[in-house]
Amino acid sequence: MDDVKRLSDLEQGVAALIDRIPSGDAAMTRLRELGILPGTAITVVRRAPLGDPIEIAVRGSLISLREREAIQIQVRPA
Amino acid sequence: MSEVSAYDSLSEGIPGPSNFALVGNPNCGKTTLFNALTGLKQKVGNYPGVTVEKKQGECFLNNGQKISLLDLPGAYSLHARSPDEAVLRDVLLGRRRDTPRPEGILIVVDATNLERHLYLATQIMELGIPCILVLNMMDIVAERQMSIDQATLSSSLGGVPIIPMSAAKREGLIELKHAMARTDIPLPSSGIKLDTSIAQGLESAWHQLRETGLLHPKQNLLEPLYILSDRDPMHSGVDDRQWKSLEAASKALAEAHPGWEDRLVAKRYDTIHSVVEKVVRRQADQGPTLSDRLDGFLLHPVWGWVALVAILSVLFTLIFKIADGPMGWIETFFDTLATQVTQGMPAGDLRDLISDGVIAGVGGVVVFLPQILILFFFIGLMEDTGYMARVAFMMDRVMSRVGLNGKSFLPLLSSHACAVPGIMATRTIDHPKDRLITILVSPLAGCSARLPVYLLMIATLVPTEEIPLLTRVGFLLAMYALGIGGAFLFAWIFHRGLIKGEGAPMILELPSYKAPAWSAVLWHMWERTRLFLRRAGTVILTISIVLWAALTYPRSEQEEPAMAIEHSLAGQLGKWMEPAIEPMGFDWKIGIGLIASFAAREVFVSTMSIIYSVEDSEDLKPLRDRLRSEKRRDGSPVYTPRVCLSLMVFYVFAMQCLSTVAVVRRETNGWKWPLFQFAYMTLTALLASTLVYQIGGWLGQS
Repeated sequence: MDDVKRLSDLEQGVAALIDRIPSGDAAMTRLRELGILPGTAITVVRRAPLGDPIEIAVRGSLISLREREAIQIQVRPA
Repeated sequence: MSEVSAYDSLSEGIPGPSNFALVGNPNCGKTTLFNALTGLKQKVGNYPGVTVEKKQGECFLNNGQKISLLDLPGAYSLHARSPDEAVLRDVLLGRRRDTPRPEGILIVVDATNLERHLYLATQIMELGIPCILVLNMMDIVAERQMSIDQATLSSSLGGVPIIPMSAAKREGLIELKHAMARTDIPLPSSGIKLDTSIAQGLESAWHQLRETGLLHPKQNLLEPLYILSDRDPMHSGVDDRQWKSLEAASKALAEAHPGWEDRLVAKRYDTIHSVVEKVVRRQADQGPTLSDRLDGFLLHPVWGWVALVAILSVLFTLIFKIADGPMGWIETFFDTLATQVTQGMPAGDLRDLISDGVIAGVGGVVVFLPQILILFFFIGLMEDTGYMARVAFMMDRVMSRVGLNGKSFLPLLSSHACAVPGIMATRTIDHPKDRLITILVSPLAGCSARLPVYLLMIATLVPTEEIPLLTRVGFLLAMYALGIGGAFLFAWIFHRGLIKGEGAPMILELPSYKAPAWSAVLWHMWERTRLFLRRAGTVILTISIVLWAALTYPRSEQEEPAMAIEHSLAGQLGKWMEPAIEPMGFDWKIGIGLIASFAAREVFVSTMSIIYSVEDSEDLKPLRDRLRSEKRRDGSPVYTPRVCLSLMVFYVFAMQCLSTVAVVRRETNGWKWPLFQFAYMTLTALLASTLVYQIGGWLGQS
């Protein structure tokens, strides 16, 4: 379990799996609907030039989300 | 397979669905398909009560049957999170009185990204409406050497007819039209079932909500399912009383079944994932796509900015360079027209009304059309290619400082040429609060109509004959900076307090880049411009006539225009409000200029020419010299540097643009917000000019 970290701390280009994503909040529900679910493979593609938001690749799409959301999502090594 | 049955249906002679709705995620090529099917036979309007665009059209099938088509807003889910998605949900559930429930649905998916797109597609397939699944972008599927087992996909989804196509290349249209003519389109099925416990929860919530009239009496559980998971901050389609009950029911459901929505999402993706595993084959090592490589450059920490600045510089150069010629022609055209009327008609009020009121008023707005067209063209181009999302991605950090998001950047930037296309471009901002704030602050950006006023004032203010370029640029930059600063400040204030509703998380999809569909971009440009002219036209015409009348009546015996204007209602109003504008350093003549330029800022210059009896010309010098020599009653000059500055600052903040008022009314669906905007901007202008003049006084400036 030591390997679990926040999505916002995941290094660029490293394959990971979603470990936990909070429940019940509108933003998190939408991220789930975009396919970000526990067990889903995910990589951080890049950070925006100013550091925020973060671009992730998940289920074949590129999604941008802010640090504020990424901090709430936990990932583990693939 | 589908083609054979399509021919069968012809022989039966029973009509299939007479209308279809197009449904799909944003960026699935749905609008390209809609354009390909309808050609130019489309009608664009609004769904009553919400600012969601309603696009309708018709097409003829291969058998000559006429089909009406409805292009529903792009959406990710029936669990609505924005007014767009609420409209989609309500139309498909038959909840909107203004739009009948469609008889057939074309579900458009990006075949390169089936897994994500099937999420909405499978929701749609559960609605009990015959569907056709359009696998769009098959050309890219072939390019990437992927393959999709369509027979298995169809059988996994209850036998839904599948049409592979590339809408942008018009490949597969004939096959699609054959499928649409079928009378035996089966009802598809996703094979996903609701958990019994959630179903029971929905059932009891449904009983609870029955009294409110929010739900149809005889519907299945899908209506309560999607209404109870409504996250649209505007609660479109739900009235306040219903919202209270809905909130309570929704809360009760969440307490009884914690995380019920999340479980549904997970279950749906499980099913989709196993289907996609069966039907999609990919080449193992693909390497980065062209789109990925483009992003590597366009979103690069250094090159990304270089590219962004370069693209925007080209855009603005083009706006001002290309638009310059046509703007001159339009001015000449309206001038000639006015002269023709003056010469051709007998002298009298009617003649003046037409030449000075109608023609001059409409001309003053139409002259900005070239700029508006070019802006719409580039905005359309950036949206269509996918670059717009990248701009939002790069600028989000900056915009989030004042509570906005990256999508507000381009509308604000466009407003530096003209606020009209800027405000109309806010439609891409999906969160209503962010969109409203962007609309409210956009007119503070220094649009090109302010330029003539600034230039005249700078010329008057700088004592030398020729103004050094640096001085001029310096003053202009200061005014633009003041406008941008004001826009950010008010965005922050509105975000903090004035406008209710929580800030939206910025979740943005970065679609693959694609070559622009030129016809769609041009069509978009034409459609926007037409909408602007039609909606703004009547308001502009009316106010132009009112303003003309105020500057003309009551008629005086004076032949001299300067005396006539002094005698007019506007002149009297100017004198009457002189005490009010005195703290800003303005006299009644400037007052008239402010009133006359109410419809469009650049009118200030021509009005001042009339007031001071200087021939209106391209060259500012005669008017400048006249302004410099203007004296107050005590013999001191009127146009001192601090008066000129105060006047410029007034134009930075004041909402002196009728077209913008008209567009804001259209985009916010009523008079409330344009009036609020007019009030806050005018008050700020009055306050800021007063401050400039008074502080200038304390600092010992004459």
